[in-house]
Amino acid sequence: MNHRKLALATLGGAALLASTPLMGAPPAAAPIKIGYVYVSPVGDAGWTFQHDQGRKQMEAALQGAVTTKFIENVPEGADAERIIRQLAQDGNQIIFTTSFGYMNQTAKVAAAFPNAIFLHATGYKQGKNLGTYNARFYEGRYLNGVIAGKMTKTNIAGYVGAFPIPEVMQGINAFTRGMKSVNPKAEVRVIWVNSWFDPGKEREAAMTLISQGADMITHHTDSTAAVQAAEEKHKEKGTWAFSYHSDMAKYGPTAQLTGTTHIWGDFYTKVVKEVLDKKWKGTHVWGGFKDGMIKLAPLSPAIPADLKKTILRMEADITAGRLHPFAGPVVDQDGKERVPKGQNMTDADMGAMNYYVQGVASTLPKS
Amino acid sequence: MGLDFISSILFATIVAGTPLIIVALGELVTEKSGVLNLGAEGTMSVGAVAAFAVAHHTGSPALGILAGMGAGMFMSLLFGLSALTLMANQVASGLALSIFGVGLSAFIGKSYESVALASVDPIRIPWLHRIPVLGPSLFAQQGLVYFSWILIAAVAWFLYRSRAGLVLRAVGESPVSAHAIGHGVVRIRYQAVLFGGAMAGIGGAFLSVFYTPMWAEGMVAGRGWIALSLVVFATWRPGRVMIGAYLFGGCMITQMFVQGSGARIAIPAQFLSSIPYVATIVVLVLISRNRGTIRLNSPASLGQPFLPDA
Repeated sequence: MNHRKLALATLGGAALLASTPLMGAPPAAAPIKIGYVYVSPVGDAGWTFQHDQGRKQMEAALQGAVTTKFIENVPEGADAERIIRQLAQDGNQIIFTTSFGYMNQTAKVAAAFPNAIFLHATGYKQGKNLGTYNARFYEGRYLNGVIAGKMTKTNIAGYVGAFPIPEVMQGINAFTRGMKSVNPKAEVRVIWVNSWFDPGKEREAAMTLISQGADMITHHTDSTAAVQAAEEKHKEKGTWAFSYHSDMAKYGPTAQLTGTTHIWGDFYTKVVKEVLDKKWKGTHVWGGFKDGMIKLAPLSPAIPADLKKTILRMEADITAGRLHPFAGPVVDQDGKERVPKGQNMTDADMGAMNYYVQGVASTLPKS
Repeated sequence: MGLDFISSILFATIVAGTPLIIVALGELVTEKSGVLNLGAEGTMSVGAVAAFAVAHHTGSPALGILAGMGAGMFMSLLFGLSALTLMANQVASGLALSIFGVGLSAFIGKSYESVALASVDPIRIPWLHRIPVLGPSLFAQQGLVYFSWILIAAVAWFLYRSRAGLVLRAVGESPVSAHAIGHGVVRIRYQAVLFGGAMAGIGGAFLSVFYTPMWAEGMVAGRGWIALSLVVFATWRPGRVMIGAYLFGGCMITQMFVQGSGARIAIPAQFLSSIPYVATIVVLVLISRNRGTIRLNSPASLGQPFLPDA
């Protein structure tokens, strides 16, 4: 305890010295080093895969000006601090930490290295050299819900969730509101698997939902198992799927209707450019369709042409700010009005969402 | 709806329990010979990736199972070398094998992450699969499900009705006596370890080729450890391994059905998910209250190395 404090104080002192503009700016030609910390292996689909796609896109767009490296499968907690600190010591000038659980470690290292810039995904702690970013995944979910509402035959959608945290709740509620907006009889059933990644359980959950009558399947977990389960049952039961994180058409060539895909590349390019041009200001970025941070996965040919048109129009409406997935009245499952008519839910309220909206049939586990 | 509901739960329970049965029976035989191999998680992982790779390249799930079996045997051979020939600590060797296997499978599997296998059609047994409720769950399953049932009977017969099984148990109870009357203790233990590895490999193959036809790092997700605890749960009796595996699978599936039914039951999902583990501990405690049952069935020399000329 004590010597950690001491180390911090020393580092803080060093940081003070370093922050005075003693060091001349490096020659413009030398590429700056950028480091990424990933919570899971890159793999072929999912949360980390999308971040790595973004990293590659940014590196290609800013060729010559940057070099990047990543460290994958870094557990959240004390280990993460060591890795982030190592990256900073190695002279990485921008460090992206891409999991919520890195928040305190990133903040700690950011305080010790004031000359490097830290960007933390999904967190809420900001500082002079510490920014945060996230995407409005719920906008895509809403449109997925509209398609589900129009195309369902059983009026039941199944949703495989990892943990009931606000980000997942936003997705479930936006999907439900989208579905209900075009199909008042629709209901959404949720199964929590209590794991971000357990293909076996995710598959069982999807299969359970299908056997209970859901013909629309989506998930907020990291593997492709739910989409694969829908693909398997597509012939027999007419099950459709919406992918999440990545486009999973490879795993559900017939069953996948579309999905909500994370796109980090444009954001990474923009923010790194801002840093290169010395225009970056520490702040929170929460971007959606408008900022190109999410996209719909390619729309399946199975979606009728007029519905396709509606979806594209709605996407344009969300982009322009004319349509908000949580426009009032927002009524929760117990009938309580959360947002009055004529207002949109605030970002702060969305960030603290811990209830189901009307239309979700399952009951939220009380913690 | 009611019968359909029961049928689906039953079907999913049996599928979820199958890899546990296969792996646990392999470990049971290994432990009956007096060797504690904690490497099941790693062995399953390597078996899963080997089976997936071969099934992908050849298009044959059966060859995939064979590959999983071979890979599992290779992994257990490593364990045997360390724990039986070099007489390293069995617990440490097994744990090391688990960690090594999980890492090795991730390394081998890197290039298979983007591949999806076609799902394999179940084998329907003529006539029987038409029986209402029970038919689809019991008689329209993957081949390995039937294999797991045959395996239970075969292991039970082998251990308690065959001469070779008697010798194996003798080696597990008292290697010194078995050695004294001329049985090759190390040789028999090697065979038991190889059998355990083969079964763990097949269990892994079931996961990657049949259960979720894909490969992803970490997909075994702790099932190897559950299989290990099932052996103790079953007090080293093959029949009870089956009960335990289905109990475990059943709890997991039932909690999902409750969640997905839309029934307004406000039980935290975390609690529902923990039921199988709680059930395991409760049964473990109940069984252990009678110290006789544990002592009667647990191999006396479990975990102790044997030096032939000591």
